Amino acid sequence: MNDVIQLNQISKKYGHFSLCELTFGIKEGYITGLIGPNGAGKTTLIKMMMGMVQPDQGNIEIFGKETSIKNAKYKDRIGYVSDENYFYEQLTIDQMSKMIAPFYSQWDKETYRKYIEMFKLSPRKKIKELSKGMKMKYSLAIALSHGADLLIMDEPTAGLDPIFRRELLDLLSEHIQDEKKSILFSTHNTTDLDRIADYIVFVNEGRLVFNEMKESLPNKYMLVKGNKELLDRDVRKWFIGLRETEVGFEGLLNNRSEGERFFRDHAICETPTLEEIMYFTVKGNALYV
Amino acid sequence: MNILISNTSGEPIYAQIVSQIRQMILQGELVSGTPLPSIRLLAKELQISVITTKRAYEELEREGLINSIVGKGSFVSGADQEFIREQRIRIMENKMKEIIDESKMLGIDFAEFSEMLKLLYEEETE
Repeated sequence: MNDVIQLNQISKKYGHFSLCELTFGIKEGYITGLIGPNGAGKTTLIKMMMGMVQPDQGNIEIFGKETSIKNAKYKDRIGYVSDENYFYEQLTIDQMSKMIAPFYSQWDKETYRKYIEMFKLSPRKKIKELSKGMKMKYSLAIALSHGADLLIMDEPTAGLDPIFRRELLDLLSEHIQDEKKSILFSTHNTTDLDRIADYIVFVNEGRLVFNEMKESLPNKYMLVKGNKELLDRDVRKWFIGLRETEVGFEGLLNNRSEGERFFRDHAICETPTLEEIMYFTVKGNALYV
Repeated sequence: MNILISNTSGEPIYAQIVSQIRQMILQGELVSGTPLPSIRLLAKELQISVITTKRAYEELEREGLINSIVGKGSFVSGADQEFIREQRIRIMENKMKEIIDESKMLGIDFAEFSEMLKLLYEEETE
């Protein structure tokens, strides 16, 4: 399986924030979710892939070629959805689109019309008159209208109601019916990813926590709920993150088979959701720093 | 062909797909040579990940129930009902071996074991 995006030893420092030697690949033909709490470095990583931020060290390969400021051609094949509005507020939807279209060699007017209609966007409305959700839909329409091989989206589901979010998942699945096409999207709404993501890249505090097939996470991680009496010093150390209350504890382990043997008869053992994996990992980090 | 996925059953999604397709093949609802939806199409229809459906198809292939041909897709295999039944019995035997090992570990002898089995079996048939 090929990597459509490959990051090699990427580092970047901004005052107190830093990305530290990140290396990971995004698989061609699949949907990958980029997760992490606010400030983990998700948007910075995406901006680097789009050539909008330069890493201090390391390089990024997209479609098998190293990206550089001088060569922006690779972006012709990327549908990009930013988490902020980069359109001109004073223009109408149609005016803005006419301005964007010439940048893409494969711009397809028909497809664009189809999405504008499907998303119920009125072509004569000014960008500044659009709601947050509408702006997101517009941004999606642009990203989907030039035959992109790779969609890179920063928080595309933010500001969207649950109905459109589900419809978006359909659009994304539709996109990868062609196994040469790939999708990377960042989110903290992990329920979207629980459904359709094939791979999950988890970053926290500028570091890679894991890059795994979503399907294999349940074999690795386990959530334990039990009585506080079970926790002694050694047992505590096993947990990646632990939440203790007056009436018991909940904790995340990343060694399921061993954990199951130990806790099976004394506690509740569950398969954690992505959100729980994220919560306990971030919480655990905060505890031991 | 209908496949219904429960998000609350606790059974992994890939396993739900395997058992439903297996059932349809064993009951003759899907006959030899019937094409199955592509991995990507099924993922889209069920709103689940491609890798989940892939895993389900791989499992069905291992059990000899379907064949996948590169570039053409997956089909219900030509295996006859008898062969499929034998396959299933072999899987069952392996599970039984696990249980036997477990009962040995707990010091449960055959008499006690068969008594337990009998009780459970009767409970399920009721």
